[in-house]
Amino acid sequence: MRGISFDIAHMLAGTLLLLSFLQLYQDRLYALLNVFALHALALALSVAWQAYVQDAPHLYVTALIALVFKAVIIPVALHRIIVRLGIHREIEKVVGVGTAMLVGMGLVALSMVVMLRVTAEADPLAREDLAFALSVVLLGLLMMVTRRNAVSQVVGFMSLENGLVLAATGAKGMPLVVEISVAFSVLIAFIVIGIFLFRIRERFDTVDVHALDTRRGERQ
Amino acid sequence: MSLDAVTGVLAIPALAAVLLALLPGYWLTARLNVLAALATFLVALSLFFSRPPPGAYLHIDDLNNVFIVLTTFVGLTSSLFSASYIGHELENGRLTPTFLRFYHAMYQILMFAMNLALVANNIGLMWVAIELATLTTVLMVGIYRTHEALEAAWKYFILGSVGIALALFGTILVYMAARPVIGEGLDAMVWTTLVTRAAEFDPALLNVAFVFLLLGYGTKVGLAPLHAWLPDAHAEGPTPISAVLSGLLLNVALYALLRFKMLLAVNPNVIAPGPLLVTMGLISVVFAAFMLYRRRDIKRMFAYSSIEHMGIIAFAFGMGGPLANFAGLVHMTMHSLTKSAIFFAVGHIAQVKGTQQIAQMGGLTVTNPVLGWGLVLGVVAIAGLPPLGIFMSEFLVVTSTFAREPLLAIVLVFGILIGVAGLFLRLNAIAFGEPRGANAEAKASYGPMFAHLALVFMTGVYMPPAMVAWFQNVAKLLG
Repeated sequence: MRGISFDIAHMLAGTLLLLSFLQLYQDRLYALLNVFALHALALALSVAWQAYVQDAPHLYVTALIALVFKAVIIPVALHRIIVRLGIHREIEKVVGVGTAMLVGMGLVALSMVVMLRVTAEADPLAREDLAFALSVVLLGLLMMVTRRNAVSQVVGFMSLENGLVLAATGAKGMPLVVEISVAFSVLIAFIVIGIFLFRIRERFDTVDVHALDTRRGERQ
Repeated sequence: MSLDAVTGVLAIPALAAVLLALLPGYWLTARLNVLAALATFLVALSLFFSRPPPGAYLHIDDLNNVFIVLTTFVGLTSSLFSASYIGHELENGRLTPTFLRFYHAMYQILMFAMNLALVANNIGLMWVAIELATLTTVLMVGIYRTHEALEAAWKYFILGSVGIALALFGTILVYMAARPVIGEGLDAMVWTTLVTRAAEFDPALLNVAFVFLLLGYGTKVGLAPLHAWLPDAHAEGPTPISAVLSGLLLNVALYALLRFKMLLAVNPNVIAPGPLLVTMGLISVVFAAFMLYRRRDIKRMFAYSSIEHMGIIAFAFGMGGPLANFAGLVHMTMHSLTKSAIFFAVGHIAQVKGTQQIAQMGGLTVTNPVLGWGLVLGVVAIAGLPPLGIFMSEFLVVTSTFAREPLLAIVLVFGILIGVAGLFLRLNAIAFGEPRGANAEAKASYGPMFAHLALVFMTGVYMPPAMVAWFQNVAKLLG
């Protein structure tokens, strides 16, 4: 039992990491959102499995939040925003796919080296989970850096946050996990609403509200 | 939870936020805002005399008592300033009545979040509170909804969120380190428990945790090179919020870092957190000092000055030891008071001139003597000239460093001097010479500004023995 539960947790966390890599080289926004929905689904499964293994029913709430909010509501909302803003075509990138993947691999190697070394004392499940979680966090950061578009930055931030939730659930018996995932959901909801209300198209340098207003031919 | 002073400093702003969100009208809400801030301040003062025992979520000790009184005091004076500032903004139509309601509610939520972060006895709760404070300030920075304001808010949002996320990872790691020693559950996140048992934690895990916390909360402190959000957020938001951001929120984030530093100090096998803080502090001081020269926007310039001073404070706490810690505490208090006083002046100056561009300001001491001389006094104070409070604290930081690390002290003094010259160069253009630019009549409230400056002056000349004793005690706590 001990063996199989560890293997499943390992597999789910590994899936999450793999999906992070998949996000890294998507150059269409729709595809990116689909991969992100899968990412959130993998997180929900992983958290639910941790809830079962650790016998911690409150973690099911976190899993449910991940499933409903991040795998369904947010992708659908972002999908609609993309349609409204007419930016479904392509993602502007600062660096190429090859470079991003290479840097990503480097980051994963780094987090493995760091986390596996410092957590030598902890139990193997938490240990691997933490290493995976840090990789997902760093890949999320990398994605935020390599994208110019506000929507894909938000997706990057959300996958970063998925990594944090993975870490928090992996830390056995950690209190406040549910509260923290709720707090994060509120944060993300605010970001998405912000993009929607202010129609932020691009990153810092071109928050072109007026251009969009004239393009849509109206202003409320 | 019983009704004691600690719940008071949380309950009053929370209730006031609900009320202010519901009530209409400028006259009533602005006064209610001040009243709520005053009540919070009085309750916070009462903590000096009686404090409740620490609970699983909230606690008060000598360290956060200082922070909380400072926070509620500047919160009070800023609410006074905000009343006249916002009245002016309503008149010239930059804010609509709906946004006014929102603004006042957000002001109180921000006070609530900062107070919660300070009194939290739980590293998770503290994280949630700092996140809440970040969110509210983001909304406030974007409140004018101009192109620049939205850009600043978005930048602050993304950078702040990343910082917050890294801080959470660090928090999780601290829990992981504490779990084998303290056991699962709530206890392993409670400060008062953590500090007593930290010596037994796994040092490697604590090291990594601190690096994440430093990056995460360091972003919120505005330490270079993580400061990129700070000047924009200060320049584009309403000025009362710039005052609160500079004077208080940066301190709150620094407080979080200090708590974790105390945790590391207990464990003999971990890296010393001091050198990390010293390095980031020095980089901030020197970098911000040079950045002061090319600024065209008056609020942006003082935002860079805030980075510089947070750098000095981080440097002092990083050096550690009773004297440097004492100097750091005094400097933090003086900086909060002075910088918010400067922003009070700058807010009215920007309203009088109708712009924040330094090029279109001039001869303020002639056209608006009170405002102009107020600003001059503020800049003299922030530059650290005797006999004002900042001179004393900077002097203490520098002398205590010379005794231990002369080379570092030289870099620090170099940064401070470059900064002073930059500030005076700009001040000269703003305050003296031929009057330039538009000139509307000032409907200002000078009370808060001069109250702060008077306090800074008094501390510089004569620090009350009770305050000295209290700060010395806290400095010892910080190790």
